[in-house]
Amino acid sequence: MTRRHVGMSARLIATIIGTLAVVPTCRLASQDTSAIDRGVRIGIVYRPGVRPGLVMLPRKGLDSLRAIIARDLDYSDRFEIITLPGGDSIRLASTPTSGGTTPRKGGRTPGTTSSSRAGGGGAQAAIGALNYPLYQALGADFALDIAALGDTTIATLHDIPRANVRREVRAVLPPTGDPDFRQAVHRMADRVVQAALGTAGIGATRVLFVKDGKVYQIDQDGADQKLVSSTNRQAMSPAWAADGQHFAYMEFQAGKGWLYLQDMATGKRIPVSTTGTALDFTPAFSPDQQTMVFSRATEEGTDLYSINVKSNCCLRRLTVGRFSDNLSPTFSPDGQRIAFVSTRPGLPQIYVMAADGTDQQLFAPFDYGVTGSSNAPEWSPDGLSVAFHRDVAGTLQVFVLDVRTRTVRQLTSVGRNEDPTWAPDSRHLAFVSDRSGYRQLWIIDLETGRIRPLLQISGARLPAWSPRLSEATSTTP
Amino acid sequence: MKSVSLLLMLGLSAATVASSCGKKAPENTAPAVDTAAENQRMRDSIAAAQAEADRLAREEAERVRRQREADSLAALSRSAEEVRNMLASMIHFDLDKSNIRSDDMGALDQKVAILQANPDLRIRIGGHCDERGSDEYNLALGNRRAQAAKQYLVSHGIDASRIETQSWGEERPMVDGHDESAWSQNRRDEFEVISGGDNLRHP
Repeated sequence: MTRRHVGMSARLIATIIGTLAVVPTCRLASQDTSAIDRGVRIGIVYRPGVRPGLVMLPRKGLDSLRAIIARDLDYSDRFEIITLPGGDSIRLASTPTSGGTTPRKGGRTPGTTSSSRAGGGGAQAAIGALNYPLYQALGADFALDIAALGDTTIATLHDIPRANVRREVRAVLPPTGDPDFRQAVHRMADRVVQAALGTAGIGATRVLFVKDGKVYQIDQDGADQKLVSSTNRQAMSPAWAADGQHFAYMEFQAGKGWLYLQDMATGKRIPVSTTGTALDFTPAFSPDQQTMVFSRATEEGTDLYSINVKSNCCLRRLTVGRFSDNLSPTFSPDGQRIAFVSTRPGLPQIYVMAADGTDQQLFAPFDYGVTGSSNAPEWSPDGLSVAFHRDVAGTLQVFVLDVRTRTVRQLTSVGRNEDPTWAPDSRHLAFVSDRSGYRQLWIIDLETGRIRPLLQISGARLPAWSPRLSEATSTTP
Repeated sequence: MKSVSLLLMLGLSAATVASSCGKKAPENTAPAVDTAAENQRMRDSIAAAQAEADRLAREEAERVRRQREADSLAALSRSAEEVRNMLASMIHFDLDKSNIRSDDMGALDQKVAILQANPDLRIRIGGHCDERGSDEYNLALGNRRAQAAKQYLVSHGIDASRIETQSWGEERPMVDGHDESAWSQNRRDEFEVISGGDNLRHP
């Protein structure tokens, strides 16, 4: 997350002129034109050669690990994954059949008949023998070789055009059955993306969502769905803290809406101070996690309040709606501004203000009397965009506001699409859609327009995508 | 029964008198004493019979009184049930609106009267929405709907402290369904008793 809002006004005009000229044409490519489910790529404008080709080198063993990494690289939408003709029949010339054993336990490796003793360990030996011209001919820019050396797993990233090894990513992974195994592999995949492109992947992330009034988490690749709600009371609006170790949510209790802070690892939760006196909802953390801003519904309507969650004090009212409602706050990544929903124009629309409540103004432009209600804003981690949903012809569609130009574009058009949430790479959005016939979570890549279902269960809603999760947070009891 | 036993008693006394007369006929003073005793006994037995009759009449009156009381209690509780139903009757809203519809004002006026007739009664108004709007926005809209009904009641003289409000957004639909008939039933305010709801008086 870059924080460059201070003193950027000087450059702003130049930037605006620049983007105005560029944005409309290149953004077209990322529109959701898919009319078919299951993430099948249909009707997407591809620009061949833009995404580097990557080939996963075949090897015996480590199949489950390799499958997770391959899927993370695929789901990053940053590579053109190249399938080798003949699949595994191509063998590296000097791949040794002897070598270190993997630390994996058997039993969780899908679709493999090989023993758990893998033929790895020869990462170094394989390098010299890689047939770079062959892979270049296949269109590959990168080749990834995954092998085990003792208890260390080594992912070797080959730079095909330069005919050398770009990086070796080493990790001591927990055994396959370990609860942290998948997250550890995801983190490895993210380091591979970092090594290839200079920007980390989104493998080690999770999505919180609500189903039947309870909060669940799921890995971004659809694995390891888990209940995180600790009560039977109805919950809504989960929101991550920037460290990925805590989240907040709202719970109906005794006629009020209570806000709770919960520790991801331990499941321990504490009520936010002053909550329980009214209907409090839609919590949002400031990037430094000192402040929580939330909506409070009272006799006067709904308004935004802030509270210091570090010292559990200092309730402040940020908006005074009188005859309008103000709700659903979301911080800019520099913590300086808050986008929110206000009904002051008659219908809910997207507004913005300074974090202290001053300088409130319209954020996402709309045509009075024409544009439908706009709700559920979320500021992208790179600060450049705000995703939200808007009523279009009686149903909801996901839109993205360009923060610098203050122009909006419609991202979805098939079915009802709502409650978008950003991945930490600021190019993927998870959202709720009924395009398959029932409401479930989907993920769209804004650059390629590719859409895939995150999970196949009906009734999932209000998703919240985590930041990149460090080692400590992925260990869950 | 009573008269029969009375006659029997009289007959028995007469027989006693006759037999004593037969035995003590030669004495002249005896019959005078006997007659006085006999008269006393007769008066006693008549009084006893009268007391018995009075007791039975009192019991009957008590039974009737109790019956009447029970009948009127049943009527009262029937009326309380009716009042409770009137109080709980829901009001409905147009899409994305929180203003009280004119066809719901009668129902709210009824609630005003009930609240006035039952000064200990406290209620909670719950605002609800249909599934079409945004999930989180609906919490604000449901709050508006609950507040609108509360304001109506307060503007008609009900103390605001007797009314709590709550919003459920779209989380508690009345009717499951994805068409206007379900939606229109789900856009509603519900009214529930917090306290003072026993033996509600008819306004």
